[in-house]
Amino acid sequence: MAGGAPPRLGIPAAALGRLMPMFLWLSPAGRVRAAGPTLERLCAPQALAGRPLREIFELVRPQEGGPDPARLAGQRLQLRLRAPPHTALRGLAVALAGRQGVLLNLSFGLSLTEAVRDHALTEADFAATDLAIELLYLNEAKNAVMEELGALNRRLQTARRAAEERALTDPLTGLGNRRALELALQRAAGSAAAGGPGFALAHLDLDHFKAVNDSLGHAAGDRVLLRVAKVLRGETREQDVVVRIGGDEFVLLLPGLTDPARLSALARRVIAGLETPIEAAGHPCRISASIGMALSPDHPDPARLLHAADTALYAAKRAGRARWAFAGA
Amino acid sequence: MHGLINRSIQCFLRDTYGPAAWAAIARAAGIGAEGFEAMLAYDDALTGALVAAAGRHLGKPRDALLEDLGIYLVGREPLRRLLRFGGATYADFLHSLEDLPGRGRLALPGLDLPRLALAGVGDGRFRLRVTGRPGFGHVCAGVLRAMADDYGALALIDHLGGAGGAEEIGIELLEPAYAADRGFSLARPAGT
Repeated sequence: MAGGAPPRLGIPAAALGRLMPMFLWLSPAGRVRAAGPTLERLCAPQALAGRPLREIFELVRPQEGGPDPARLAGQRLQLRLRAPPHTALRGLAVALAGRQGVLLNLSFGLSLTEAVRDHALTEADFAATDLAIELLYLNEAKNAVMEELGALNRRLQTARRAAEERALTDPLTGLGNRRALELALQRAAGSAAAGGPGFALAHLDLDHFKAVNDSLGHAAGDRVLLRVAKVLRGETREQDVVVRIGGDEFVLLLPGLTDPARLSALARRVIAGLETPIEAAGHPCRISASIGMALSPDHPDPARLLHAADTALYAAKRAGRARWAFAGA
Repeated sequence: MHGLINRSIQCFLRDTYGPAAWAAIARAAGIGAEGFEAMLAYDDALTGALVAAAGRHLGKPRDALLEDLGIYLVGREPLRRLLRFGGATYADFLHSLEDLPGRGRLALPGLDLPRLALAGVGDGRFRLRVTGRPGFGHVCAGVLRAMADDYGALALIDHLGGAGGAEEIGIELLEPAYAADRGFSLARPAGT
């Protein structure tokens, strides 16, 4: 090939506008010679022709400098529309041959979604080769998926909490179950060992319950148990743990309550409440309870504490039932 | 099968025929009443069982049910919007159908939509070949019908049958701008 000037591309502004809807052709003095249709839309109703670049845009990078647009060539530009909504744009400039000035191509970066909304842009405002539509699609799909995942997580969390609660609950009475007692005992013993207040454990066994079941059936027995649960909850505080650990066996864990006088009063009230005849299957059922109580200061080890309460319960039963007894220290 | 598909069928049945019908169909198909999670994956056989149970309970032929499902899906705004991204006009949308499985995977990597191949046969007529999952062709037919309405285009959509895991749909675009376009803006409406 013979030497000579490299081939030059002549392209009408309209054609360039279809290829690059946000192009900007600046004169050597930095005034707009032509602009792509989307850029015209962004700046509407103000026309762009003849205006200086810096009147339309604030140059964020590089910072404001001399008026010669040629200094913009070859580097990544960041601009902002001076007019509201101050849309952010990025750009690339190349110097044109001769004294033709500078050609810039502008695009949205992450500002795409906002810009589309602020200027009501449509597919027609982007070149067919632009990935803008794909990006918007991806963004919307991503948001939908994230929302669904968030909702799923919340449902899973709720289900898990419900399952955990069920695992610690006696299905008939709604009181805690043996597992719940173990956890509460660990917590309370740990707290006491760390210098916190002690607690009391009351092991309660119903008297004459078997007779109710045998003579009136299990449905009546269940009603009695429900009433027992109600009495126990009624006599205990918010922070007390009330648990059903067996057919007619219950345990109370009473944090901060280690005064024998108060505990005796509690036991007396519980027994009185339980001795009130319960109506079941058309017959009044008479039950009572034996209670063994032990204090954590006397038995810091939880297993020993349980055993101590158990032993006290046995003592109460042997002494005639319908009464309470404290574990020996 | 991706949970999204099973959940779509679930919502379609519940919204169209009521929660009681859904509960009965779920029971018959051996599915719990709470149904499916859109973001989890399930055994493929469940989908078939669900559709079969629905057809029996409602006394509807499977093909008609699947087509109604397709129409229902376009009525769900988030999905309608994602489909509308395919093209500014109904013709553009048709030409973008081949990209649909790819777009689906872009949104949800586990989503395995069937292969779609569009062939123009001249005069505004097209053949769409749906390969991969039996029954999807009928869902597609429903989607194509509903999307034509959405764009305001007048088009004839016919399921031409299928064999060997491939279904064919005939499309005749009679009038691209017959009725009002329901509208689609690239920017999501505020509050959505």
